[in-house]
Amino acid sequence: MRTLLILLRKELRQLRRDPGIMRILFIMPTVQLLILPFAADYEIKNINLAVVDQDHSEYSRKMINKIVSSHYFRLTDYSPTFDKGLDAIEREKSDLVLEIPAQFERDLVKDNEAPLFVAANAINGIKAGLGTAYMQSIIQEYNQDIRSQWMQMPKFNDQPTIEIASSDWYNPHMNYKVFMVPGILVMLVTMIGSTFAASNIVREKEIGTIEQINVSPIKKAEFILGKLIPFWLLALTVLTLGLIIARFVYGIAPLGHYLTIYAFASIYLLAVLGLGLLMSTYAQTQQQSMLVSFFITMIFNLMGGLYTPIESMPVWAQWIARLNPVSYFIEVMRMVMLKGSGLGDIKYHILAVLGFAAVFNGWAILNYKKRSG
Amino acid sequence: MQSVIVENIIKNYRTKKETVEALKGISFSVDKGEIFGLIGPDGAGKTSIFRILTTLLLADSGAATVDGFDVVKDYKKIRNRVGYMPGRFSLYQDLSVQENLEFFAAIFNTTIRENYNLIKDIYQQIEPFKTRKAGQLSGGMKQKLALSCALIHKPSVLFLDEPTTGVDAVSRKEFWEMLHRLKMEGITILVSTPYMDEASLCDRVALMQKGVIMTINTPAGIISGFKKPIWAMRSSEMYRLMNAVKEDETVESCFPFGQYQHIVFKNPGNDEQRLQEIARKGNFTQVEIQSIRPNIEDCFMALMQQ
Repeated sequence: MRTLLILLRKELRQLRRDPGIMRILFIMPTVQLLILPFAADYEIKNINLAVVDQDHSEYSRKMINKIVSSHYFRLTDYSPTFDKGLDAIEREKSDLVLEIPAQFERDLVKDNEAPLFVAANAINGIKAGLGTAYMQSIIQEYNQDIRSQWMQMPKFNDQPTIEIASSDWYNPHMNYKVFMVPGILVMLVTMIGSTFAASNIVREKEIGTIEQINVSPIKKAEFILGKLIPFWLLALTVLTLGLIIARFVYGIAPLGHYLTIYAFASIYLLAVLGLGLLMSTYAQTQQQSMLVSFFITMIFNLMGGLYTPIESMPVWAQWIARLNPVSYFIEVMRMVMLKGSGLGDIKYHILAVLGFAAVFNGWAILNYKKRSG
Repeated sequence: MQSVIVENIIKNYRTKKETVEALKGISFSVDKGEIFGLIGPDGAGKTSIFRILTTLLLADSGAATVDGFDVVKDYKKIRNRVGYMPGRFSLYQDLSVQENLEFFAAIFNTTIRENYNLIKDIYQQIEPFKTRKAGQLSGGMKQKLALSCALIHKPSVLFLDEPTTGVDAVSRKEFWEMLHRLKMEGITILVSTPYMDEASLCDRVALMQKGVIMTINTPAGIISGFKKPIWAMRSSEMYRLMNAVKEDETVESCFPFGQYQHIVFKNPGNDEQRLQEIARKGNFTQVEIQSIRPNIEDCFMALMQQ
């Protein structure tokens, strides 16, 4: 215990001595947290639209007006033929072509139906998918408008229709930032924790100071804990900083309790730092450990459910996600922040990260050898 | 009583391509309170022996004890009672002199005050800079700090791996004076060095080369083992002189030593005339020839040729 305190004092002293590290540790996540949530937004606006109107009727004009006034689309090209419209896509002037055939109005009035054609540039799949979806829903709405105009009487349909009204629970305005900020915060804390932990023991190897530690009676567990605790404290500080930014910049206050977040985070960080230290015991140079930790945290973050829901991944990827501590923390963050979950609701998450913490740290202690073969 | 016993230690370093035989069956023992020198060029295996004895490295075969404890089984006890100063400066460069010393005292469960008298002579010289970071010290001061840190827990055996490499001549001299004072305290000292002149400062030395100990003796014993007369010769053209001497088939060896060539003949007798003849034949000017006493380096060179 006494030795551990001595080691801790030494580590904290060394951290304090390095003003560069401290600056990076606090400025980097702050800047990222201020930029990323604004940029990482799925909502797509300003889709460039090419319209090929061969009808030039009142109905077609009304429809175009409705589409453009939705603010999702920007009319960038108005061509007489479809080929010309396609040409606009090829010149990257537009992302989507809407073709209104001749006699659109006549067919609609006479036959009660008329075809429309939508073509999207699928080089950016998300934009194409969302663009056509927006387009479809606008046209559907337009269709409803026309029908209600025509069917003044009788007031009630003789045919029953199903109308779907949706309400977004936990995030009623579907504010993207409410969803992204907690996730991005998890990503940042993970990156900082594992990268710093990964490079620390290796640094002692590189400078040679580990030799002096190895010939001393310091126990392995004491040494690993002495490395773990300072970074644990630092990561919790960064988390606090992030929560403050979330509260005062984005106005996101958790529905649940801050204490629940901290309780989970303290266990979670043991796991992430343990993983960093484990890499550190294997690596011979700081470059090696940095690269490996970069690679692993990248996979963890991309597969952690921050950008894409885990449920929509293939089954094998879902299994990987289950072995990914980040996915638990992102889920817990969102549960506590948006849903107000308490400790009881996240007990399985806690058990899972406890398991990770035990495995990674135990492995790191076993693999750190004071004596080489 | 013997402080360190090494019996037939073998150590190979295996890489994918090749196996390097670092130690090929090394045996020696060191008495308590003795300064024992491992002398040899780079790659002789000195650091490997130190790392095995300080329980940092496992030998492939053989046995060793330090202070009566087995280096494999009782490694924990050994770690409490040895001081190790690796060849590379390995203290925390971002901590101050005092903080380093305090840290190493603390992890050995002791304090600076408790063993201050042991390190006093050394530490006093760097004490004026005790708030300076270790990384900003000069080479000699770094060595003094490293020695202080290795001594702060009053070890019974001290391992110093090339402590004077890269240190100026004055600091080297001071360093050896300190070692002799430590010997008075009853501390056994194992020291390695590539400098032959430091061998004469040890009580006994082992001359090592390529993982083999060639001889173990007192410095005087090693020198007296050199039976053949040795000659020093110089002229205005040293390089041409060396080649001319080496071409003569009666010459066994010729090595440049400072301003002289040290020359040994295969069958001694009429040596001086022979050398003068070489000088005359080659038209060397300012020729100087004298008979000298061999030093450790001459012995090492001779042993290396066998």
